[in-house]
Amino acid sequence: MDNNLSLTLKIWRQNDAKAKGRFETYSLDKVSPDSSFLEMMDILNEQLVNEDKEPLAFDHDCREGICGMCSLYINGRPHGPDDDITTCQLHMRRFKDGETITIEPWRSAGFPVIKDLIVNRSGFDQIIAAGGYTSVSTGGVPDANAIPIPKPDADEAMDAASCIGCGACVAACKNGSAMLFVSAKVSHLALLPQGKVEAVRRAKSMVSKMDELGFGNCTNTGACEVECPKGISIANIARLNREYLCAKIQD
Amino acid sequence: MKLDSRIPQGPLAKKWENYKNNQKLVNPSNKRNLDIIVVGTGLAGASAAASFGEMGFKVKSFTIQDSPRRAHSIAAQGGINAAKNYPNDGDSVHRLFYDTVKGGDYRAREANVYRLAQVSNDIIDQCVAQGVPFAREYGGLLDNRSFGGAQVSRTFYAKGQTGQQLLIGAYQSLMRQVNAGTVDLHTRTEIVEIVIVNGKARGVIARNLVTGEFTRHFAHAVVLATGGYGNTFFLSTNAMGSNGSALIKAFEKGAAFANPCFAQIHPTCIPVHGEFQSKLTLMSESLRNDGRIWVPKKKEDAEAIRANTLKPTDIKEEDRDYYLERRYPAFGNLVPRDVASRAAKERCDAGFGVGATGLAVYLDFKSSIERLGEETIRSRYGNLFQMYDKIVDDNPYETPMMIYPAIHYTMGGIWVDYELQTTVPGLFAAGEANFSDHGANRLGASALMQGLADGYFVLPYTIQNYLADDIRTPRMTGEEKEFVDAENAAKAKFEKILAVKGNRTVDNLHKELGLVMWDFVGMARNKEGLQHAIERIGEIKKEFWTNVKIPGTTSGMNVELEKASRLSDFITIGDLMARDALQREESCGGHFREEFQTEEGEALRQDEAFAYAACWMYQGENNAPVMEKEDLTFDVVKIAQRNYK
Repeated sequence: MDNNLSLTLKIWRQNDAKAKGRFETYSLDKVSPDSSFLEMMDILNEQLVNEDKEPLAFDHDCREGICGMCSLYINGRPHGPDDDITTCQLHMRRFKDGETITIEPWRSAGFPVIKDLIVNRSGFDQIIAAGGYTSVSTGGVPDANAIPIPKPDADEAMDAASCIGCGACVAACKNGSAMLFVSAKVSHLALLPQGKVEAVRRAKSMVSKMDELGFGNCTNTGACEVECPKGISIANIARLNREYLCAKIQD
Repeated sequence: MKLDSRIPQGPLAKKWENYKNNQKLVNPSNKRNLDIIVVGTGLAGASAAASFGEMGFKVKSFTIQDSPRRAHSIAAQGGINAAKNYPNDGDSVHRLFYDTVKGGDYRAREANVYRLAQVSNDIIDQCVAQGVPFAREYGGLLDNRSFGGAQVSRTFYAKGQTGQQLLIGAYQSLMRQVNAGTVDLHTRTEIVEIVIVNGKARGVIARNLVTGEFTRHFAHAVVLATGGYGNTFFLSTNAMGSNGSALIKAFEKGAAFANPCFAQIHPTCIPVHGEFQSKLTLMSESLRNDGRIWVPKKKEDAEAIRANTLKPTDIKEEDRDYYLERRYPAFGNLVPRDVASRAAKERCDAGFGVGATGLAVYLDFKSSIERLGEETIRSRYGNLFQMYDKIVDDNPYETPMMIYPAIHYTMGGIWVDYELQTTVPGLFAAGEANFSDHGANRLGASALMQGLADGYFVLPYTIQNYLADDIRTPRMTGEEKEFVDAENAAKAKFEKILAVKGNRTVDNLHKELGLVMWDFVGMARNKEGLQHAIERIGEIKKEFWTNVKIPGTTSGMNVELEKASRLSDFITIGDLMARDALQREESCGGHFREEFQTEEGEALRQDEAFAYAACWMYQGENNAPVMEKEDLTFDVVKIAQRNYK
């Protein structure tokens, strides 16, 4: 096809967590504009293996924008130059023929690089483990319709719960703060009667875990909201601050 | 081997209660001394591991992803079924059971399916208590919608992200147990061997995907919840990492693999558009609630559309063939998935397909938008429409979506008895990994139901019944001969793959396998094609072991090596699927043999000869597997030709 793209790719390579990284440059021809960004990466890897070179390591799985695994920093933006999408939903029609594309991993103190474009996001799991749940065990719960929940509350909780835990918010933040992630979970649960019971305790323990893990402070730049592929609102951060303040007053 | 399904005595509706009343229990002080390994952290694995931890067992949980929350259950869109009958439209446990057995084309075990329907209501209660934000009505109560194969609205949903919300609920419960110290979580870790000691499953060998290091793990019981094997086809709606390797490890250790040929082809996926394509994207079945499926009535219109000289919106109402509504007036666009997929293939094969390739049909929301308004449609399916727009670069509010069937789910899997135990004592299988509840075809919104039923409400009972006899078995250290041998065998396989040093990449070989599967073991199968497929898969196997090219070593992260190991298992599965499809000389559910169809082209079962689960037993690396039968009896359901007209 005539409209295929030829690209120059500047990609971050790093052997392991301790190694020093560097940019390497690759060129790639005949990329269909209908292919996804990660399919372009597949084509590059196929080419590298055929040339007896080591393929690039990058995280990806569902390739439909829901698992939160893919995490590339493309031309200076988490998930690349399109709004409300994950890297796997980015398509090559967004790029021009002859363009140079710079691809990096998430860069943040809370997300150390494991290899090439893969970072360690286990901090998010640790924050959830610190309190991001309702403390109910299997069985012995009331009927699902026993407590009516106003539709606007349920809808707002759903919006907060749609966070996919990809970490773009942290990568976008100049302070490396995880406040959008934490506040989305705190809001999701605090908005529902089932989660309200533990709301104050939850906010406190999740925030203190976040601080302990080396994520930065929030200075309300709003960069996280702009880059969030699921459109999570920074209004959640205000709600988290309220819950957190309550916790502090109670102490 | 005799396959004993161990179905409890008593009338169908009382079996589960009878089982629970008579099963053995483990007291709290003994639970602390009993270890359970759970492989996989999707709905079945996460819910099982969390529940075991809450009960006081010591649990080890393994996932190949960086977090349990990434498991592919997360991608399920449409919803989860339950027999709550909140809409008062005549639903009941019995009706959900009946619809599921019928939807599975009478190839599932009655007792298991009845239990599934019974616990379905508990799942919804559990999830709401966890804070799953299901859709609600203005009165504050839960909303329901309808799905294929049912005439009631029994599907609970959370926008188009139901799987995500249910998985996050299970994941949070799991992380709560990690925090409590009852669950030891291993991320980016793959199970490469199952360890058998004195005939019982006693642990696993794991490989750390970051360091390449092999480790040994003991447990009193092992649960496999690693999902299905749809990626055998290379292109499927499964995630890139979804694989069938744990199932093959179990198969090679003596676990029967049941009904491998029962794979579901989902009717509403975004069509294939190029050779570089890495996966297919599903558009939720829920769209069929408000979308109408059609192709042009006139061949010349279809040709003009393919040549890009005519737009679908230019075709007049009377020139559109709403073929599902025409053929199946009672269920219309909501016929089960297998029926809808075959009907799409039939129209495209007859020359009425649209899109550049002619392998697509329309899913049109025009009349729903006119009836309900764009806002309502946006609130119901907004994220799906956005997803479609990003991939195809076309606005489905204005132009109808193009869809085509794709491999989506596998009903077959590791054979389990009523307790979800495989033919290897101490080895259990849950969720999509087992074969148990969906027969030859799964109804929409039933996968989430089954995964959570197995994990929250079945295994926590049945695994106790097994472990109660094991309270005197001390923990092993991992230094035992069986563990050392298993680790060495796993290492040897990886070394052998690396040693090939051939010329073809893993993906290149996998694509070849996928094409053979799609062409001959796909939507329509016949004897000749299946025999050809078995031969071709044998050739691909040989090619793999003589010509695969893997860079790097076993130490450190080596993605190509991981993929190669999984591909070698997909080749084994492909062979099993083709053999199973060849022996099953009937059409049922997702398995359509061209030789067995009615005059109208509907699937024609052969109940006298084939009302059984086909269970394949491993016979060693160089021998063909042998099939055993578990006969299916239907005491309550009246077996009949499925009719959705």
